[in-house]
Amino acid sequence: MKVDRGLRWLVLLELLIPAALLTLGIYHGLMQVLYRAGWIRASEFWGLEYYQGLTLHGVVNALVFTTFFAVAFGNILVPYLLKMRYNMKVAWFSFALMLTGTLFASWAILSRKASVLYTFYPPLKAHPLFYIGLALVVIGSWVAFFNWIPVYLRWRRENPDKKTPIGIVGLFVQFIVWTIASVAVAYEIVFMLIPWSMGWVETVNAELARTLFWMFGHPLVYFWLLGAYIMYYAMLPKVAGGKLYSDFAARLVFMLFILFSMPVGVHHQFTDPSIGHNWKLLHTFFTYLVFIPSFLTAFTLAASLEYAGRKNGGNGLFGWWLRLPWFRTDGNKWLFSYFIAGLFIFIFGGISGLVQASYSVNLLVHNTSWVPGHFHMTVAGPVFLAFTGMMLYIVHRLTGREIPFRRFTVLVPYMWMIGIALFSWGLMRGGLHGEPRRTNLGLSYLNPDSPLYMPDWKLYTAITAVGGIIMFTAMLIYFIQLFGMFFSKKTGDGTIEFPIAEPYHDENVPWVLNFRPWIIVLLIIVAIAYTPVIIDVMQSTFGGSPPYSPENPIPLR
Amino acid sequence: MDRAERIALTLAGILTTTAFLGIVFAAYGMGVMVPTSIKDMKPFERDTVIQISDRHYEIHYIARMWTFFPQEVKIPVGSTVDIYLTSKDIIHGFNIHEKAVNLMAIPNAVNHVRVTFDREGEYRIVCHEYCGIGHQMMSAKIVVYNPEVEDEGG
Ligand code: HEM
Ligand SMILES: [Cu+2]
Ligand SMILES: [Cu+2]
Repeated sequence: MKVDRGLRWLVLLELLIPAALLTLGIYHGLMQVLYRAGWIRASEFWGLEYYQGLTLHGVVNALVFTTFFAVAFGNILVPYLLKMRYNMKVAWFSFALMLTGTLFASWAILSRKASVLYTFYPPLKAHPLFYIGLALVVIGSWVAFFNWIPVYLRWRRENPDKKTPIGIVGLFVQFIVWTIASVAVAYEIVFMLIPWSMGWVETVNAELARTLFWMFGHPLVYFWLLGAYIMYYAMLPKVAGGKLYSDFAARLVFMLFILFSMPVGVHHQFTDPSIGHNWKLLHTFFTYLVFIPSFLTAFTLAASLEYAGRKNGGNGLFGWWLRLPWFRTDGNKWLFSYFIAGLFIFIFGGISGLVQASYSVNLLVHNTSWVPGHFHMTVAGPVFLAFTGMMLYIVHRLTGREIPFRRFTVLVPYMWMIGIALFSWGLMRGGLHGEPRRTNLGLSYLNPDSPLYMPDWKLYTAITAVGGIIMFTAMLIYFIQLFGMFFSKKTGDGTIEFPIAEPYHDENVPWVLNFRPWIIVLLIIVAIAYTPVIIDVMQSTFGGSPPYSPENPIPLR
Repeated sequence: MDRAERIALTLAGILTTTAFLGIVFAAYGMGVMVPTSIKDMKPFERDTVIQISDRHYEIHYIARMWTFFPQEVKIPVGSTVDIYLTSKDIIHGFNIHEKAVNLMAIPNAVNHVRVTFDREGEYRIVCHEYCGIGHQMMSAKIVVYNPEVEDEGG
């Protein structure tokens, strides 16, 4: 596809601005493992305090980078797959909102006015611009989505007997989940936190805010994952040299994600008071249903890869395995390494997730370092590798510039995979022994001079640190390639093509073609799963809280 | 859907059901309960340790930036303890080392768990939710002693 100047700049800016911030987020990831291993025993390093840096790490890596990427990817995928243009003015407006929001929130964090972590639980209070900034990022992403809808509807009208391309199905499911879920957090921010942080209302109900946050927080993780799923279903089989095994399975999986995305948030609150345990169990049930799309995905992707391997000349039970483009660096083949390394990590991420989501077992691991051990194998595994890989690809094609040190492209994801393995193993083992998350361990539990010293955790935190250093090094190479591109020679013409897979089995199953019934069922399930939870919270909390600063036990007013 | 796909889907269904039934069994059959909503108890103002009977205690814990009250509690081995927990400022965590006791301390709400201490020793309580710059120091202790051994109980 030929890309005109406006679209090129829009997408490049939407990718590269968060990428620049990401360098800071990754830098502080490295710092965190050093503090936690007790290798740095201080409350701050180079002007960045631990919890300030951790807020930055969570907000930049998990909220800003992922949301910008999802919008940028959609902004290029919609015209590519539907061959129709959306309104550029609206797209730029969405970018302006998101950029302003990012600047507000980053300013608040970097000037130490918002060390509240990316979950911003009240009654810890951040500067109002932190909340306003986050709200603007969310609203900006809605604007981008609403801008694609009329294009999609027009395409549907003009192509009544074609099926919507899988890439568009995935993208729309991703943004349907995101838009519906973020209503909860938008309510929390706009009607509770902003008025309270401005001093217009005195108190806020902490447990209610927390519940609304997680009503959004779990769909958020599927929002990330769906971005990777788009690439796995629509592109991976083609990159591997084959076809998508089943078109129906892909559509079914995406639709199931609409259903199972939202009625599950309470699994982050198993140890909270104020929510009845029967409702906690109901949310566990809905959480477990995600087994089904996950198994289907594992099956379909494995079958697609086998088909590709055999087509590439592999035979026997495992011979096809050797014929996949593991280390190929030509054309777009290197994307395979990013996808497959992410999928390997995801196997462990998925299993550890189901362990911690299981109600009673959650008591062993809740809020311990097990949890970051788990989610770095999801969001910092398949999601992050798919996003960074695709970002490198899009920037490479849109600028027409060669990727410097091209042979290293396949090194980055495998190195990341090895790093994550050590990193997460250490965090999860430590977590089983009570190592807390979100804690500057070097000041107390990992400091031999402190009365709180916990020698048990030494080995685990050290292995985590080694893993973190490997991950950091992989990202260093990545950033050299990404930003180094601007100094390398122009070999392309600035057009872009995506490797889009054909289906192998192409059945026509009408009930997975339409979003609407799935959305309606979702709304019904959400009402069933959340009404009793909100009632419980209202009946078992007694009053609200004034705001606090993280630095002082005396309330701010 | 071909045969292999149908098998995969069926397996996924069976696995989901088994896993979920396992959880229901653990919850209701084995009595592994997670905290529930308490509607008839207002958050208490002071921390206390109450001996209800010979081997049954009730501890009211208060979490605040950056300590727990009571800081240290001594109980005889074999005691069952009803732990009630609230926060007087922001959100804190409460995790007893080597015990499956894991609670969130939320202001204006009361959390509860019942736990039995069968082994002697010192149990560390760690705050595992970020609660400001002093978070990494927030900790307390439960000492479980053997009353038969004279001087230890003292
Ligand atoms: C060099 C790579 C990275 C390293 C070494 C690293 C390290 C860490 C560590 C040690 C923690 C736990 C800190 C604590 O709880 O005290 C953490 C938290 C976190 N990380 Fe990373 N990380 C890396 C990359 C990423 C990426 C790529 C993402 C997401 C795309 C990510 C998302 C998060 C999130 C959301 C948290 C939770 C923050 C919180 O608890 O508030 N990390 N990271
Ligand atoms: Cu979740
Ligand atoms: Cu704390």
